[in-house]
Formats: sequence, C-alpha cells, structure tokens
Amino acid sequence: MSAATEVTYLEAISDGLRQEMRRDPSVLCIGEDIGAFGGAFKVTDGFIEEFGAGRVMDAPLAENAIIGAAVGAAAEGLRPVCEMQFADFISCGFDQLVNVAAKMHYRQGLAVPMVVRLPSGGGFSGGPFHSQNPEAWFLQSPGLKVVAPATAADAKGLLTAAIRDPNPVCYLEHKGLYRYVKGEVPAGEHEVALGEARLAREGGELSVITYGSGVHLALEAAADLDEDIEVLDLRSLCPLDTEAILASARKTGKVLVAHEATQSCGVGAEVAALVAAEAFEDLDGPVRRLTAPDVPIPFSPPLEQAVLPQLDDMKEACRELLAY
Amino acid sequence: MEPVNGAVASARDEVGDRRESADRDAPGREAGEVARSTFLNRADRANLLRYMAMMRSAEERAITLYRQGKIPGSFYDGAGQEAISVGSSYALGPRDRMCILHRDLGAHFVRGVTPDRYLANYMGRAGGVTGGRDGNLHFGDRELGCVGMVSMLPDMAPVATGMALSFKLRGEPRVAMTYFGDGSTANGQWHEALNFAGVHLLPVVFVLENNGFAYSTPNELEFAVDPVERAATYGFPGELIDGNDVEAVFEASRIAAARAREGGGPTLIECRTMRMHGHGAHDDMRYVPPEMFEEWSARDPIDRYGERLVAEHGFSADEVERIRAEVKAYVDECAQTALASPMPDPATATDGVFADDLTPLGDGKAPWSYWAERPDVERSAA
Ligand SMILES: Cc1ncc(C[n+]2csc(CCOP(=O)(O)OP(=O)(O)O)c2C)c(N)n1
Ligand SMILES: [Mg+2]
Repeated sequence: MSAATEVTYLEAISDGLRQEMRRDPSVLCIGEDIGAFGGAFKVTDGFIEEFGAGRVMDAPLAENAIIGAAVGAAAEGLRPVCEMQFADFISCGFDQLVNVAAKMHYRQGLAVPMVVRLPSGGGFSGGPFHSQNPEAWFLQSPGLKVVAPATAADAKGLLTAAIRDPNPVCYLEHKGLYRYVKGEVPAGEHEVALGEARLAREGGELSVITYGSGVHLALEAAADLDEDIEVLDLRSLCPLDTEAILASARKTGKVLVAHEATQSCGVGAEVAALVAAEAFEDLDGPVRRLTAPDVPIPFSPPLEQAVLPQLDDMKEACRELLAY
Repeated sequence: MEPVNGAVASARDEVGDRRESADRDAPGREAGEVARSTFLNRADRANLLRYMAMMRSAEERAITLYRQGKIPGSFYDGAGQEAISVGSSYALGPRDRMCILHRDLGAHFVRGVTPDRYLANYMGRAGGVTGGRDGNLHFGDRELGCVGMVSMLPDMAPVATGMALSFKLRGEPRVAMTYFGDGSTANGQWHEALNFAGVHLLPVVFVLENNGFAYSTPNELEFAVDPVERAATYGFPGELIDGNDVEAVFEASRIAAARAREGGGPTLIECRTMRMHGHGAHDDMRYVPPEMFEEWSARDPIDRYGERLVAEHGFSADEVERIRAEVKAYVDECAQTALASPMPDPATATDGVFADDLTPLGDGKAPWSYWAERPDVERSAA
C-alpha cells in the first residue's frame, strides 16, 4: 500500500471509483449528468475524459432503466456502478432494485454484481425530496447489501469492496460529509471488508452505536463531554457486525443508537432489538435511540434543525444515559 | 439472399385511426395468407411444429396437475400464442440472451429447458428450474442464457436492454430479446426501456404479444395509440405481424436480430394474437365475446402450421400427426419425472440470498439449422 494522503470524503469516493475503473475494465458508471458534467456532486469529474462515454454513461432521466439496465449488464459480466442523482430518487428505480436485482440470486442463482451510489442526508435545506436517508428501505429487501461510510478512508475502502462484491450493494454517501470530512486515505488499492464495524473511539461507560453523519456527532459529543464514551461506527448495515455491537454493549452496559434517518423500524430499532435479545444481562440501562422523528425532512432551516439530530441532542442523550 | 418478407408490414404504413388499431388482424394480407421463410429447411419446420406442440402439451399436462391439486398457487398458460415464443426464440443464436415471459413457455424449450423441469417448477419441486424458489413461469435457466422474469411488468424490458448494452460496449455481435404483453406497454418502465434502447441503438429485440387483453382489460382501455406506432418515436422500427403464423414471427425476429447484430439497433415486433385461455386458470373470461373465440380457434397456430406443412412443404398428414403424438408421449414421460422429483428441503429456505461468487450466464441451445451449418459462428464465451 502506498503512502496515505489527506483528501475529502468526496475525493475519496472519486478516487476509489477511478481506481477500480482503471483496475477492472468491466467496471462502468451509469447515471444522470455524470459524463461531461461530472455528476451533480462532481464525483465523476474528469472520468469521461479518461474512460470514455461508453464507461461513463449519461443516462436518460429514468431510474428504473438505469437500475434495470445495470442488472442486465451485471448478468452479462459487467460491474455497473449506478449513480442516483440524489438518494431520494431511488424511489423511482426501486422496483428494479428490490424486485429484480435483490431477488435474482435467491431465485435463480444468478449473481448481479452492481453498486448503487446514493447521495443521501440532509442539513442544507434540500427539503423533503433531497435530504432523505433511505437505508431502512433497503434493509427490508433481502439480497441487498447496504453500506454507509463515515470517513474518507472508509468511503474509498467500502466503495472498492462494494464494486468487487458479487451482489447488489447500496452505497450511501452522506452529502453533508462530502467536503466537511477530510482524512488520510491510502493512495493505492484500499478495500474495507463489508460487514465489519470500526471502533471509532474506545470507552468504558457508554456505547454510541452509529454510522454515517452520526459518527461525527458522536465523536464531537464525546470529546466535548470528556466522558468515557465508546463510539462504534457500523459502516456496514447489511451485513451487520452483530459481534462488534454485542461486544461493545457487553463492555459498557449502556447503549445509545444514533442515526440521522427517521426512527420507526430503522437501524436503531434493529440494533436495540439485537442488544435486548442477546446482551440483556449485561445492560445497566435502557437502550435508547437518537434519530430523526418520523416526519419528512422539512425545508426551512429552523424546522430542519429541529428534525435532524444536532450536537446538543447527542450530548443530552449521552448525559442522560451516563447518569442512569 | 434477400428474404421473402411478405409477412412483415411496416407499422408506419398502417396509418389508421384508433378503431382500426383495435382490428385484431395484422394488416397487409388477405385472411389465410401466410409467410414463408427461405431461411428454414425441412428439419427446422419440423422443429417449429415440435416446439409449439411441446408447449401446448406441457401446458395441458400442467392444467391437469393443477386440477389435481398438485400445483400450489395459481396457474397461467399461453394457449393460442405458441407461435410467438417458438418462432422468435428459434431465430436466436447460442450466445444471444433472453428474458422470457409468462406466455412464452415455447422459448424455454427452444433454449433447452426440458418439460420435466417446467412441470416440476410449477409443482414447487426441487427439480424445477428454481428449485421451489419461485413458481409458474417465473424462471430463467441461467445456464441457458436466460434471466428469469419477475411479476412486475414489464420489468424485464430494462434488463434485456442492459444485456444489450453490454454487447454493444464490448463490440459483440449478440442480441438480447424479451417479451411483453399489450397491457404492459402502458407501464412507465416500457417507455424507459425503449427510450434507453433507442438513444443508444442497442441490439435488443422487443416482442410485443398483443393478445387483446391485459387480464380483463381490452386494448382500448390500455392505450390510445397502438404501441407498434410508438416505436418510431423512439427512433427504431416497429413491425406488425400475424402472431399466429410461426414463420412470420420467425422472419420478423430473424431480420430484427440480424439488424441488431449489425449495429442497426432495436426493433419492436408486435405480434397480433389471442389469449385462448383466461388470464389464469381461475379466470372464466366472461368478458370475451364468444365470436372472438370462434374466429381465433380457426386460426390455431399449431393446427394451421400442420396443415401448411402438408400443403406446401411435402410433409404427410401422418408425419404431422406423428410429431404431435411423439411430443405428447414425451411430455407424459416428463410429467412422471417431475412427479418423482422431491420437494425442496425446508432447511435450505434461507440459503442463497447473497452470492459468494460470480455466476455467469451460459449459452442456450440454438436449434435453427443456420447455427448448426455455421461452425464459424462463435458459440461460447471467449
Ligand atoms: C406492474 C404490474 N401491475 C400489475 C400486475 C398484475 N398483472 C399480472 S398480468 C396482468 C395483465 C398483463 O397483461 P399483458 O401485459 O397484456 O400480458 P398478458 O398477460 O396478456 O400476456 C396484470 C395486470 C403486474 N404483473 N405487474
Ligand atoms: Mg395481453
């Protein structure tokens, strides 16, 4: 592995994608405005010049055609990486994703190696259609793997692993982290295995189990509070690293599950149920959740801030559980 | 080597109003007139008859099993539409790829699925193509180059388009083919797929089976303009043909596949036909006028082709009868094999949700003499 360099989360995604396209000629990108324009967020900036229009395909505004064509291309041995312009638009390609791609291997033993890149998350007045964190939709669809990196290194490493995986992988890239998060990223090939959580901060009194933007809130809260808080970054939501979750819960005895996505039947519910079922005897308090409430993400800044978990909310939730 | 192409009328020649498009006959020919392909030899013609008869016999056998309670769930068939799946798939080569739909059992047989695996699939047996994972015609034998359909219609249109995209990107002279019904052309995914295929001139053949109804809904309530006319708006040809004439279907498919292989892009072939059974076995079809059945019974694709083989291609009536009887006996044997297949092991129900490895598509059978007589044609993946 070559020396690490400091890059943004966004650059790390581009870097991982470019690396895989150079390494493997079967990797191609399909999405709206990803060619000469370089994508709505510029992840594929410069790609068409390097790889040509055949491998950096500007698709018509037709999400089911994008996902469906990717399934066909994957069945034929290519490794398509689809870009949804915003994660929210996966609703328009949902049918192909959950009915065709997800069920293919179970029904007929046919692997469909493909990635769907999903720029997700709120915090910038994107409103109800450009701010969602739709991961729970996918987790209810057996056959899809789901990852949500929080750091630049993981953004690259998980994308690499997602592209190399023989299954459809939903790759949630949080828009709020694109330029906000910077970090050391291995310059050469860098792969982070799907299904392995990362201990972002070690602690003994409370586990904050989180992913994506929640990791940064949790780390900041832990530093501000200066308490013995552990932060577990799930990275991969399916497969879920149940061992790491249970090990952390057993060690600290207190669990806060945090995510930006809405609450009901979300990752937090899943983790809480797992901990309640498997680590009950080791708990010293209730398993709590810090999430967005069950509402669409509003547009106006004060409303949006009221809905999305903020640093103060995270600190408050930690304090309460620590004091329990 | 110009083909005799009397059967293929350009959609754009058929300028008519809406009422005209509800006329169930393909235009351009007198009633009873048929297409003749110069690309078929005697063995091919026997094969076309054989595969159509195999589809009919296998589906009849399946109906019996259904009535005997041996098929769980519901039952669907393609009675009266046999010429379409057989004639179209027969024109494809081994390395071409298919997404086959619920009225198209004949295409599975042409690609190499045997009737026992079809019947076992319907019965949810381990020996079915999906091993009990999915039922009825919701299968595709990966090893024969097929991607199995899902319920949602017409979801396989984008998928076939994607396979065609991979052929084009790799510069391979290969073709993807898929089917859909008249009702499915009303769904947005139909537009998404045809538009995408048109934009990139992809080597895909879309076969529309217009059997008059989408479940109970007639054409007039599905579209205002016949779908074949829409092909032009996507930038590729639409051909309207008699879907009960197996050689007409073969010819249109052969020409469309050849054009696709040469970089000429997609074709939409609309096959006019009639669904002679209910949408499913539970459907008594009270919404279909009886005259319509009478009219279409007289155009049964199998009887009609048998008569033609005798009248024009030097087959004896006995020979035609023998082919049909042999097929029936074979299907009976296959039914025994299917019935002997065990049920799947419940302990395997949660296996295989995810793939551990890549599982590439294999090549299908290509019984057309053209492929057998051309050993220069690449048959397996490089
Ligand atoms: C998207 C979608 N909606 C509803 C159905 C339920 N359904 C199954 S078959 C059918 C009618 C299909 O008609 P058509 O496309 O003409 O095909 P045919 O069955 O006549 O061959 C309907 C409504 C479905 N399969 N997919
Ligand atoms: Mg129909």
